[in-house]
Amino acid sequence: MRALAGIGIAALAALPLTGIGNYPLHLVIMCLIWAYVYTSWSIMGRLGMVSLGHGAFLGVGAYAVVMLWNHFGLSPWLGVPVALAISLALALLIGLPCFRFRIVGHYFALVTLALSEVTRLVIVALRDQTGGSLGVTPNTALAQGNAWSLEALQFSDKRVWFYIVLACWLAGLWIWARLDRSMTRIALEAISHEEDAAASIGINVTRSKLFVTLISAGMTSVGGVLYAQYQLYINPETVSGIGISLQMVFGAIAGGMFVMLGPTVGAVFTLLLQEGLRLALGDAYKQFPALDLAIYGLMLVLFIIYMPKGILGAALEWRARRRATPAAAPG
Amino acid sequence: MEIFDIFLLEAVVNGILLGGLLALLSLGLNLIFGVIDVVWICYAELIMIGMYAVFVLHAQYGWPLPAAMAAGIAIVAALGAALHQFVIRPVLAAEPINQLLVTGGMLFLLQAVATLAFGIDFRNLGVRMQPILVGEMSISAPRVIAFVAALGGVGATWLLLSRTYIGTAIRAISQDRAIMPLMGVNPGRVFVITSAIGGALAGLGACLLVLQYDIHPAIGLSFGPITFLICVLGGLGNLLGGLVAAFIFAQFISVGGFFFHLEWGYVIAFAFFIAVMFWRPQGILGGK
Repeated sequence: MRALAGIGIAALAALPLTGIGNYPLHLVIMCLIWAYVYTSWSIMGRLGMVSLGHGAFLGVGAYAVVMLWNHFGLSPWLGVPVALAISLALALLIGLPCFRFRIVGHYFALVTLALSEVTRLVIVALRDQTGGSLGVTPNTALAQGNAWSLEALQFSDKRVWFYIVLACWLAGLWIWARLDRSMTRIALEAISHEEDAAASIGINVTRSKLFVTLISAGMTSVGGVLYAQYQLYINPETVSGIGISLQMVFGAIAGGMFVMLGPTVGAVFTLLLQEGLRLALGDAYKQFPALDLAIYGLMLVLFIIYMPKGILGAALEWRARRRATPAAAPG
Repeated sequence: MEIFDIFLLEAVVNGILLGGLLALLSLGLNLIFGVIDVVWICYAELIMIGMYAVFVLHAQYGWPLPAAMAAGIAIVAALGAALHQFVIRPVLAAEPINQLLVTGGMLFLLQAVATLAFGIDFRNLGVRMQPILVGEMSISAPRVIAFVAALGGVGATWLLLSRTYIGTAIRAISQDRAIMPLMGVNPGRVFVITSAIGGALAGLGACLLVLQYDIHPAIGLSFGPITFLICVLGGLGNLLGGLVAAFIFAQFISVGGFFFHLEWGYVIAFAFFIAVMFWRPQGILGGK
């Protein structure tokens, strides 16, 4: 398994050397960014804390860094800690009352949904600074023929971005796996099944939940930075609010949020679906711009009804069952 | 006090009028939650479909406005029942959060269908009414109509729940989901009827909103989240709490928007919401 993972990573890392075009590379980069973000979400989502508020953390990450750079000339390298601090404070502000007072399930989802929506509204309301709904572009540091600026975290070469997001995605998976082996995960799984029973055997419910929430929020906010610095354009709808928050949840669910690579499969699936529809529909796509969204929504509904464990989850389960059946058969 | 001028009073009055409308919007959502234990994330999108239905029937097919509105209410009620039957029912036994998310998928689907059918242009019913003048205040007539009609809808729902057999069954189911089937109530039927009532309330909301606002496929996003907040603030499933919360929220939005910018009204309402969560996590009128 370890060797297989090593080969897989090496093959992925060698991808830009094969001379694939700019556009395929762009798709791979977007895939990795979203895979990383969905993984960040699933870290708390799989433990029964379904947050619809991660758009808030994504938005804070993206906007804090770009605002600090545009208005104060502060390098994104220094902006990231600030963005992290704001995201963690936000996560604490919303998480503490929720976990303290046992706000779970629907309530938690709705409260967090409100958080992401308010973040969007704040970004829109600060239109003099943020550009409002029109969005904002980080001041370019690539003038005068500069191909890259380390200080501004801007690179015109997509290969640089590929390795940056690859590293982040791997780090995300590593955190996922590290948490998966931890006592906290076991405790939280117990909490998600029966909170009172878990508390009665000495699990500190509030602290365990906050710990995971802070990690998840911090990671998501870094995802916002990656998105903003790579795309060099953000607007309130694409990085915050209810739409992007639901997209994260669905990405993770479509792939399978209980397995490590599930959210990644979800990101690949979502992107392939979008690009596939674009190719398949051809000119009709321009005529019916929302057709992909309609099919996407329909598939989500069908997924949740018929395949709640997601693509990868269902596939793994199917394989396990096929292996188990002959062994269990007598004779 | 200098600050308490006529415009502030106007903002307060507008807040009360808005409160009636928000109360109606949150009532349907709250009722469905209380009975079926499901939150329709796509509730505001049902309202959006209702607005389009009224618009198409009235402006394109030339139906008289009351007929178009009655048809709009019926369409959304049918849509609500269908939503329960084909989307919610298959996941009723699944994890509660799946029920929430499946309606989130419907949100995308309904938005996309509306975009496909009607495009992204802003549509307007084109109904113009003279503002009502009270002293020096001018108050928009559609808002007054919406307020009165919304209170009428709330009252009708209350009568239905308290005076009819099916209303009694609905209230009984919401109190104890396990025991009622043993008493001879068919919960499946009650769920569908409740969904249709919830849909009809969304349809009524659509009729009132279409008088005041432009229609576009994403309009649900502009009042959906506030409706959820109101339900949570009042205590999910607590109908009276939802009404009180709606008026409180409307004041924050209206008066907050008067002093600052409209978005800040929402932000202040949200800050208040968080403060209340610390103080009364079960909602202002919620029991345990």
